[in-house]
Amino acid sequence: MLEIFLGLYIFMLAAFVGYGVIKGVPALLHTPLMAFTNAISGISLVGSLVAAGAHYNNVSTVLGAIAVLCATINVVGGFWITDRMLRMFKKQDPKADAAGDA
Amino acid sequence: MVDQVETLYLIASFLFILGLRGLTAAHTARRGLILAELGMVFAIWGTVIHPDIMANLEIAGFFQTYKWILLTFFIGSAIGIAISALIPMTRMPERIALSHAFGGLAAALVGVSEYYREQVIAGHMDHTTMAAIGFEVLFGGLTFTGSLMAFGKLSGLIPGRNITWPLQNQSNILMFGGTFVLLVLVTVDPSNQVLFYAMAAMPLLLGILFVAPIGGADMPVVITLLNSYAGLAASATGFALNNNVLIIAGAIDGASGFILSVVMSKAMNRSFRNVLFGAFGKVDEEDQAMAAAGGERVQEASVGDAAMLLSGAGSVIVCPGYGMAVAQAQHVVGELAEILEANGTQVRYAIHPVAGRMPGHMNVLLAEAKIPYTSLMELEEINEDFKNTDVALVVGANDVVNPAAKHNPASSIYGMPVLNADLARSCIVLKRSMRPGFAGIENELFFAPNTVLTFGDAKDTLTKVVEALS
Repeated sequence: MLEIFLGLYIFMLAAFVGYGVIKGVPALLHTPLMAFTNAISGISLVGSLVAAGAHYNNVSTVLGAIAVLCATINVVGGFWITDRMLRMFKKQDPKADAAGDA
Repeated sequence: MVDQVETLYLIASFLFILGLRGLTAAHTARRGLILAELGMVFAIWGTVIHPDIMANLEIAGFFQTYKWILLTFFIGSAIGIAISALIPMTRMPERIALSHAFGGLAAALVGVSEYYREQVIAGHMDHTTMAAIGFEVLFGGLTFTGSLMAFGKLSGLIPGRNITWPLQNQSNILMFGGTFVLLVLVTVDPSNQVLFYAMAAMPLLLGILFVAPIGGADMPVVITLLNSYAGLAASATGFALNNNVLIIAGAIDGASGFILSVVMSKAMNRSFRNVLFGAFGKVDEEDQAMAAAGGERVQEASVGDAAMLLSGAGSVIVCPGYGMAVAQAQHVVGELAEILEANGTQVRYAIHPVAGRMPGHMNVLLAEAKIPYTSLMELEEINEDFKNTDVALVVGANDVVNPAAKHNPASSIYGMPVLNADLARSCIVLKRSMRPGFAGIENELFFAPNTVLTFGDAKDTLTKVVEALS
C-alpha cells in the first residue's frame, strides 16, 4: 500500500515538473517536442525488456518481445527524427551555422 | 543489484528532465536531445541487469536470456531508423500518430503479460496492481487504435472527414462508462479472467469510435490528446511494475500532450468537449467544391501580377497553411524569400498555432527549406505588424486568416485568434480553387478590395513567380 502512495507522489511531482518545463517550450519547437516526448515514452521499453528477458512463461515472453519491438521503434525512431528536425533549425546564415555545429 | 538498478534509473530520470529543459530554446535543443538519449541508455542499462533477468541469466545462460531482447531490439531499431530517416517532413503528423500507436500497443501488451504472469500463472494479484494494469491496458488500447485511426485519416487511407452516425456521442460515452465499470469489477476480483479480457478489448473498439467522428483539421487536438494518453499508459505501467523511471517519463509525456492540446484548443477557440464530441462542420475542405457566394466577386491575379506586387514590396509576411504542406511548396517559398531578400525586401513568416495538422508543423517545414527560425514568428509576435506590411502572402491557409473570426458573431469560427492578413496593404492568396475551408464557411478575406487570388497548385504558382522574378 505504501508503494502505491509513493508512486502517486512521484507521479504528481513529475507531472508538475513536466508541466513547468514544457510550458517554456516555444511553439517553434512543438513538433520536435512531440517527437521527443514520444521517444521518452518509449521508456515502456523498460517494462517490455523485463517481460521479454526474465522468461516468466512463454506467453509473457512473446508479448514482451512484441512490446520491445514496438517500444524500440519509438525510442530509436523518435530520437532519430527529433535530431533530424532539430538539425534543420538554423539561425541566420545556414552555411556558417552548419559549420559551427559540426 | 536492486540498488544499482535504482541508481541508474535515478540518473536516467534526471537526464530526461534536464534534456527536456534544453528544448525550451532552439539553440540548446540538440544538447537536450543528447542528454535524453544518454538518459535512455542508462534506463536500458538498468533494465538489462534487472534482478528477474539476472535470475534467468543464471539458469538459462546468456543466449537464452537475451535472444528475444536482442532480436526485437535490432529489428525495432532498423524499422525506427528506416521510418524516421525516409519520411518526408510534410508527413510528420502521420509519423507521430503512428508512433503513438506503437507506444500504446507496447504498454497494453506489457499489461496483459503482467496479468498473465501474476494472475493466470501464479494466481495471486493484489488489487492495487490490478487497478494499475487496468489503467495501463485501458489507456494503451485506446491510444493504439485511436492513433491508428488518426494515422489512417492523416495519410488518406481512410476518409479524413468526420464520420458520423446516429446517437454517436451517447453510445460512445455509454461504452466508455461500461469499460470503466469493467475496470472497477476486475480490480475488485482480479481472478475473473473473462472480465479482464473484455476490459482489455473494449478500449480497442473505443479508440476507433472516438476518432472516427473527428475531421482532418481537428487532428492537432486529437494527436496531442493521444500523446497525453500514451504518456499516461506508460505511467500506469510504472505503477504496475513499481518502476519509478516509467512513472516519471510517462508523467512528463502526459503533461506535454496535455499542454499542447490546451494550446491547440485555445488557438481554435474551442473546448476539448467541442472538439471531441462536436463533429464540427459537416463539410471538409477536401470534400466538396462549393461555388462562391452569389454576387460577390473575387479579384483574380495572374502569376505576373503576383510577381509584380511582390517585387514592389518593401516588406512581405508569408502566412503558410496546410495547403503548403499538401503542395510540398515549402522549398519554393524559401527560394522566393531568397530572391526577395536579395532585393532588400524584408520577409517574415506568421505561424498560426493550428496551421497544419499538428503543433509546430509549419515551423518544421520552413526550417527544412533552410529558412532561419528567427524569421518564423508566432501569432502574437507579428499580428500587430501586418498593418505596416506591404504584402501578406497566404500560401494554402484559409480559416486561420479569415477576418470573420474577429467581427462576425454569426461565423462558426468567431472568437478564434486569426492572422491579420486582411490588414496588410495588399494580400495575395494562393489557392487551388474556390473551396471553403474546414469550417465550410466563406472567407471574407478573398472578397476584400485589397486581396487578389492566384489559383493553382501553390508549388507551381510559386515556381512560376520565382522564374518571373529571377
